[in-house]
Amino acid sequence: MSAEVEAAVAAAFREEWGQIVATLIRVTGDWDLAEECAQDAFTVALQRWPRDGIPRRPGAWLTTTARNRATDRLRREAVGAAKLREAAMMSSPREAGDDEVAVSGVRDDLLRLMFTCCHPALAFESQVALTLRTLAGLTTAEIGRAFLVPESTMSKRLVRAKQKIIGAGIPYRVPPAHLLPERTTAVLGVLYLLFNEGYAATAGADLMRHGLCGEAIRLARTLAELMPDEPEALGLLALLLLHDARRATRVDDAGDLVTLEHQERTRWDTAEIADGVHVLETALRRGRPGPYQVQAAIAACHATATEAADTDWAQIAALYGELARMVPSAVVQLNHAVAIGMAEGPAAGLALVETLDASGALAGYHLLPATRADLLRRLDRRAEAAAAYRQALELAATDAERHYLTRRLAETTNQD
Amino acid sequence: MRYMLLICGQESDIASLADDPALPGRGGWADEMKRRGVFRLGEGLRPVAEATTVRVRGDEVLLTDGPFAETKDLIGGFNVIECADLDEAIEIAAKHPAASFGMIEIRPLWEQ
Repeated sequence: MSAEVEAAVAAAFREEWGQIVATLIRVTGDWDLAEECAQDAFTVALQRWPRDGIPRRPGAWLTTTARNRATDRLRREAVGAAKLREAAMMSSPREAGDDEVAVSGVRDDLLRLMFTCCHPALAFESQVALTLRTLAGLTTAEIGRAFLVPESTMSKRLVRAKQKIIGAGIPYRVPPAHLLPERTTAVLGVLYLLFNEGYAATAGADLMRHGLCGEAIRLARTLAELMPDEPEALGLLALLLLHDARRATRVDDAGDLVTLEHQERTRWDTAEIADGVHVLETALRRGRPGPYQVQAAIAACHATATEAADTDWAQIAALYGELARMVPSAVVQLNHAVAIGMAEGPAAGLALVETLDASGALAGYHLLPATRADLLRRLDRRAEAAAAYRQALELAATDAERHYLTRRLAETTNQD
Repeated sequence: MRYMLLICGQESDIASLADDPALPGRGGWADEMKRRGVFRLGEGLRPVAEATTVRVRGDEVLLTDGPFAETKDLIGGFNVIECADLDEAIEIAAKHPAASFGMIEIRPLWEQ
């Protein structure tokens, strides 16, 4: 097979998988059948495209092939009147009309699938797994690897989730207006978690699982295109792009974590930063700020500073203040304290950290003592700083974080 | 689809449900759902102190005084509703007065 055909099939898989599955779920109501027929369509493409040439619209070709496959299978397996009725309904062309109508119908399917995968009646881990399987086309084994669970566990999780959607009557639709804001938040939350899972592993030595970052960005872009009136979708996309642009500099050659301050800024992806800033500006023009837009604005402050010393910490501190008002969260307050520590000096930051510490809201979170340690070090209170680094070390979850803290601890104790 | 709403809560709260306006005929939730055409059935349950649990093991009928599981939360009543999908069932359950002090488990019924 020519490399050209292989590349075309791979590209179609990346770009069309979710849409094909989404349309097939709508017409058959059967999630497993939809996935299997989508898979079959790509297999057929691998056989036919080298012989017949790459179709003008690969997505439409694949969808039609998958639909025909589904019709055949339902006819063959039809045992009762209900199944026959379904098959009959499928052969009536629901997407008749001009291309534009068909395209908009297909795009609605994709949104339906996104909202159904992220329905709050499903466990969060199931939402994430379903999104990766049905929208991104990752295999069960790949999803299992990404979340460090055995394939059999992941497989059961997916089966249970699909069973619940059908059994409990979770509707396959874009939620009506009164449910839309909260359900959109759920979808954005799943995509953000996907990205973060790829950005920093929560356990073990494998800090980067970048595949997930790429999938999250692609899905966020799709969502932003499908929901042009939702500035938070654009905000999330901007945030992911601005984080991702710094990915290459986040760990050094030895696999150790490099803080923002010490990252090699010339290696940041300037095109991705420009893209992120542009997307953020588009979002902000809507005049309806939200948590993702504010976080993206913070990320933009960092990403557009040519040197660490140029960072506009006063602006960042103000943005964290705004974020803390939108989403009351102790982690946001901690970041606010860091920014204040940079904008107004370590003593001001430390005062905020001490208040947070006393509240007990972040007990067990390694970044609380780590932040306190950094502020104490800058105030030259070295013995206290060392004690706080040790405390952070006990709580750190990844090897990279432990290496970083060990290094800082050594620096603090060796200055005598 | 048909769903059963299991009304759960602590005994003291459940007791107060007995004179709750949610019950049919009192102008509350049940009557609203009847008007909407989604209410099929609903009853309140008397206290767990009056419950008897039955098991048959071999030839023996074993009786226990009390509910099948001793927990702080118990089932104080149930409703059967028939509506479009889970989203509508959630909306209906969220309107039930017990949702604000106890909780409501939504269980789809087997359809033949």
